[in-house]
Amino acid sequence: MSIILDHVNYIYDEDTAMAHAALIDVNLEIPKGQFIGLIGHTGSGKSTLIQHMNGLVKPTSGNVYFDGKDIYDSDFDKKALRAKVGLVFQYPEHQLFEMDCFKDVCFGPRNLGLPQKEVELRAYEALKQVGFDDAYFYQSPFDLSGGQKRRVAIAGVLAMKPEVLILDEPTAGLDPKGREDILNLIAKLHDEMGITVILVSHSMDDVADYVQRIIVMNKGRVFLDGEPKEVFRHYKELEGIGLAAPAVTYVMQELKEAGFDVDTEATTIAEAKNEILKVFGKC
Amino acid sequence: MLRDITLGQYYRTDSAIHRLDPRVKLIATFAFIISLFLVKNLWGYVIAAVFLGSCIYLSNVPVKFMFRGMKTIFFLLIITMIFNLVLTPGEPIVSFWKISITYEGLKLAVLMAIRLVFLITGSSIMTLTTTPNNLTDGLESVLKPLKVVHVPVHEIAMMMSIALRFIPILLEETDKIMKAQMARGADFESGSLLNRAKSLVPLLVPLFISAFRRALDLAMAMEARCYRGGEGRTKMKPLIYRRSDYIAYIVLIIYLVVIIVFGRLLFR
Repeated sequence: MSIILDHVNYIYDEDTAMAHAALIDVNLEIPKGQFIGLIGHTGSGKSTLIQHMNGLVKPTSGNVYFDGKDIYDSDFDKKALRAKVGLVFQYPEHQLFEMDCFKDVCFGPRNLGLPQKEVELRAYEALKQVGFDDAYFYQSPFDLSGGQKRRVAIAGVLAMKPEVLILDEPTAGLDPKGREDILNLIAKLHDEMGITVILVSHSMDDVADYVQRIIVMNKGRVFLDGEPKEVFRHYKELEGIGLAAPAVTYVMQELKEAGFDVDTEATTIAEAKNEILKVFGKC
Repeated sequence: MLRDITLGQYYRTDSAIHRLDPRVKLIATFAFIISLFLVKNLWGYVIAAVFLGSCIYLSNVPVKFMFRGMKTIFFLLIITMIFNLVLTPGEPIVSFWKISITYEGLKLAVLMAIRLVFLITGSSIMTLTTTPNNLTDGLESVLKPLKVVHVPVHEIAMMMSIALRFIPILLEETDKIMKAQMARGADFESGSLLNRAKSLVPLLVPLFISAFRRALDLAMAMEARCYRGGEGRTKMKPLIYRRSDYIAYIVLIIYLVVIIVFGRLLFR
């Protein structure tokens, strides 16, 4: 159940003066069950990259494989692929259209040709999974708050029972509380359902606490790829491309420089707290 | 997918044509279109082709890009040709059943097709080399005399510029919505006509909502900056004719004289 991208290149507006490369020689392997953070600046190619994974965009050159099969083979079932690789776009406003939330979540499973009962069951389950309150089930999705809209949008994709869930900037435009709620929800989905999750973001602080692997994109290329600790070790290089390591990394670096014997590899607040307490001999 | 529509799109590059005053381009396009209908013989078409060819060459827009937009009107072109072919009376070349293709019909069909292609290429040179804002500025300035008869020129120009400004935004948005719905298994391409029409609902609802939201935001932003219509409004970049614009006018006049003399008066 893995996705493999093999020498993928993508050029926007080919043959015109506006032509520019969005992806340059991208090679990635996404194994089953991993929780991945995809980080990069606006225009670094991360959104284009994820659209390759469910066949919405065809690479200019290179191949994409899902479960060992080339997804651009003429006999490959794209619809089935899109059910297995669920992609939640950045703005829920781009997909919500029905009269009420429940019907909207039904849209995905119904497109899979499932019987009505199964469709409704899946929609109900999905809305429950994202922690959506029963009271709002039959409300118009347009009257909801940003965070609730996002939940409905995620449920709309979850209802198709994907094996891989890709979320494009799921925290954009949310307040700190809403952001944490959504991130916790995504982590919970990963833990409980065992699905592969790819979380796209431009903020390291967003992903550092949750993911097992970080892929950093810069100008269409994979810049860094590895475990969070490994990636944050390159925090000077990250600054060079306009990104930053999580705030915790900086605190630990400065403590180290000030002469405290802390482990600079602590990336989450919990780890940092333990380290600091250890130094002061309270742990 | 939707990025392929090039008709009426601006092509960003630098060229002599791009730098011309939009008024020159508007008037030249208008004059060119009229000139196409004044032509009476083959010479006229040759002259128009040469003029058009030099404009394309000067505009630095790749010919390939220019003709990509032509695909959309191909259908219209074919229908026009067929009607001209079969409905023009005259000396028949081939005839079967009640339909006959005449010599006159063939000639008319070919000339009409050339005329249509020229017409569209001519106007697309204008839109490809002029930003929408410049174009409406030019239009406002050219139509100013109509204010005397109480035509709301400024308001029309403002509406046009807003509409033009929103075309690429809404196209891009449509593309995103389509992708978001396709990610949920929506299918816009196959199925019966009724099913395909139905499949547009998940596309159109978010698109309309977003269009209304954008319109409200824009109205708010305009009001916040005290927009109150055209009366007494000055421009940040007023249109001023430069030397190259006068040269362009002279070239245009020469072209018109040549095409009228050779295409209409001399050889009948």
